[in-house]
Amino acid sequence: MKVLVAVKRVVDANVKVRVKADESDVELSNVKMSINPFCEIAVEAALQLKESGQASEVIAVSVGPDVCQEQLRTALAMGADRAVLIKTGNDLEPLAIAKLLYTVTQREEPGIVLLGKQSIDGDNNQTGQMLSALMGSAQGTFASQINVVGDWVNVIREVDGGLETRSLRLPAVITADLRLNEPRYASLPNIMKAKKKPLEVIDASDLGVDIAPRLKVIKVSAPPERKAGIRVNSVQELVEKLKNEAGVI
Amino acid sequence: MQRESMEFDVVVVGGGPAGLSAAIRLRQLAMVEGRELSVCLVEKGAEVGAHIMSGAVFEPSALNELFPDWRNMGAPLNTPVQSDEIFYLSCSHRSIRVPGVFAPSTMHNNGNYIVSLGNVCRWLGQQAETLGVDVFPGFPASDVLYDEEGRVRGVVTADMGVGRTGEQKGGFTPGIELIGKQTVFAEGCRGHLGKQLISKYSLDAECDPQHYGLGIKEVWEIPAEQHVPGLVIHSTGWPLSESATQGGAFMYHLEDGTVVIGQVVDLNYRNPHLSPFDEFQQLKHHPLYEQYLRGGSRISYGARAIAKGGLQSLPKMHFPGGLLIGCDAGTLNFAKIKGSHTAMKSGLLAADTIYEALAVNQSAGQDLAAYAEKFRASSIYDELYQQRNFGPAMHRFGNLVGAVYSWVDLNLLKGKLPWTFHDKRPDYSTMATADWAPVIHYPKPDNVLSFDKTSSVYLSNTNHEEDQPCHLTLRDSSVPIAFNLPTYAEPAQRYCPAGVYEVVEDASASRFQINAQNCLHCKTCDIKDPSQNIIWRAPEGGGGPNYTSM
Ligand SMILES: Cc1cc2nc3c(=O)[nH]c(=O)nc-3n(C[C@H](O)[C@H](O)[C@H](O)COP(=O)(O)OP(=O)(O)OC[C@H]3O[C@@H](n4cnc5c(N)ncnc54)[C@H](O)[C@@H]3O)c2cc1C
Ligand code: SF4
Repeated sequence: MKVLVAVKRVVDANVKVRVKADESDVELSNVKMSINPFCEIAVEAALQLKESGQASEVIAVSVGPDVCQEQLRTALAMGADRAVLIKTGNDLEPLAIAKLLYTVTQREEPGIVLLGKQSIDGDNNQTGQMLSALMGSAQGTFASQINVVGDWVNVIREVDGGLETRSLRLPAVITADLRLNEPRYASLPNIMKAKKKPLEVIDASDLGVDIAPRLKVIKVSAPPERKAGIRVNSVQELVEKLKNEAGVI
Repeated sequence: MQRESMEFDVVVVGGGPAGLSAAIRLRQLAMVEGRELSVCLVEKGAEVGAHIMSGAVFEPSALNELFPDWRNMGAPLNTPVQSDEIFYLSCSHRSIRVPGVFAPSTMHNNGNYIVSLGNVCRWLGQQAETLGVDVFPGFPASDVLYDEEGRVRGVVTADMGVGRTGEQKGGFTPGIELIGKQTVFAEGCRGHLGKQLISKYSLDAECDPQHYGLGIKEVWEIPAEQHVPGLVIHSTGWPLSESATQGGAFMYHLEDGTVVIGQVVDLNYRNPHLSPFDEFQQLKHHPLYEQYLRGGSRISYGARAIAKGGLQSLPKMHFPGGLLIGCDAGTLNFAKIKGSHTAMKSGLLAADTIYEALAVNQSAGQDLAAYAEKFRASSIYDELYQQRNFGPAMHRFGNLVGAVYSWVDLNLLKGKLPWTFHDKRPDYSTMATADWAPVIHYPKPDNVLSFDKTSSVYLSNTNHEEDQPCHLTLRDSSVPIAFNLPTYAEPAQRYCPAGVYEVVEDASASRFQINAQNCLHCKTCDIKDPSQNIIWRAPEGGGGPNYTSM
């Protein structure tokens, strides 16, 4: 069984994001970029499936500009066997990404497609779900545990009320939550080896998919700054302020 | 421990201007002659440029040598210096402009560019990769490897996945031995391996102690009408003059409405109550700077020590198996406050030396004395020779008289006076005791121009994996509370620009707390601790600041 794992290039989690002066977008020039942390967990999950003999090959795929090859190389250095970049120029919406990933699933016919539950830049939490709809397959989102049993995969999901276990018939789409695993470090020898692993680049325009944006960004602005707290002298004063100043009760 | 190893012809430690230039030049030379030559470069920052913190007014001399075509190749040198202003700040609200003719000739900046050195290094990192250098960001060299004969044979990268008390965690990945015929150390100011090498091979036997400054800097976005692209301002005097501390400040106007403002505090300062951070926060309230910053917003913060001892403090730069280059040795020209072009040039010379040596003799561990000859015959030597008395004159005469002396020396006599001043007192030994020195009361930050340490460190994007051994080690853990606190009011609380060190009062006793996650890798604690008790070691890979456009 092949496992396809999607990775996205996002602003590194340590970077404090800043809105551009003209409010057209967030500042991305000279900012450190990394694999989306949830995608990194998905890669680790894929590698563990391979190491436990449940998967035969791990294919990393990314959608975006040429520089996304860096993140694919990281996935290869972690242990993925090969990589595919679907090259696009612009910032894509989840549906467009799902459609492009769908073309890869048609070609590769993976038993499991792993994705992060969401990316830390857009926080959309949509791509996995949309992909499963396009594939007509089962989906196990927010996975904290994965266990393949024959033609089925048991996924423990993190839901509001606690944990939920679902059995999905393969092929299935699974999206990774934080507690699924702790991703490994890429070692230096593996980084060197990754430079020689196959990385195929496909131009999105050759796939005949409509990826035109449906949304228009009008303005990006920073959230209002948090005001400094104040110290109140009594419970009455607190209640009074919550009622009349904050208007929350 | 059994470690994997990888072999290269040359291993370079540090992806700053010096290390990148050396690596690039080596590959360029090899490619021209079609020779096989493998070069790897390790960088402790999560990416090349992430830990680079500089001014910077950049003199392109060495870049011209490395990439004569850098303009067409897209090097990020976008803002030529347009005008140069020097001020003496006599108090918190007055300044005196020093007329151009009276400025030391080394402070003239025609033909130079205002850059983010971090971005220049990012660009150089890409060029290095294109030329076939194996660049490994996120991998600090944590120790030097020696062979049985005591020659350097390479370095070990830091282990990943070690817990706080030294236990191996789930994802434990041991460091790798990187073996090189030659290893080039280019860690910048106060490299932690460079320091070990200097001591092991007594490289400083014939020079003065190194002298340091602590540079603290912020990047601001300011209103368009206050922005003057290409403007360079330097000042000296207030607020440091109030505590008779030496140092100077700078403001450079870059592209896109951004300016950088910073201050370098000489680390030979005496008053243990001094806080370089708060001195810098105060500086921004001076009308000279306030007029530009008003209405702007601060977008970045960082700090880094500079090695400013110059020629008198320059150790021997070669030893069996390797070379010490750039600010790791101390090639900065303090009269110009510029170290990037000299660091780059020292890297070019190192590459030439190694390339020529390996062409005739492939054996590992050679001691390349030819490097010293090349250095002696180079433009950096002339430059450093000319300015050799600048720093010591300041230490000897103070900022004002020192400046007059240096003006005469540098402008009229071009540094040809037959004597050389020496400053034999290491910076850590200059501190007066706390009871003797006046306590300094700093005003509270107004959160408009001045800020506290916490919100500043936040803007450096610094981070370290929390569950790892503390990379700020104490030789003797009792010293901070038992000796430094009563004697010097534990100055680490104030000189550290990231608030890493705190003395916490518990119910019964005082406790020394180290918030290592906040560390900016500036190296000041390693330099200035009066007891020389703090030793900076490389943390787990990728830890430290994530500077953007610093
Ligand atoms: C506030 C300030 C203002 C300055 N202004 C100017 C200016 O206007 N013009 C100018 O020309 N110069 C200026 N300088 C000086 C200039 O920045 C330095 O001279 C120059 O950066 C030195 O280059 P380097 O390559 O030797 O070291 P660095 O630039 O310090 O680079 C060293 C690199 O090695 C990495 N490293 C260190 N140890 C290890 C290890 N063990 N393993 C792996 N990697 C490691 C570091 O992370 C870093 O990336 C300024 C410096 C400061 C602090
Ligand atoms: S702990 Fe030391 S190296 Fe780190 S920021 Fe503070 S003074 Fe600098």
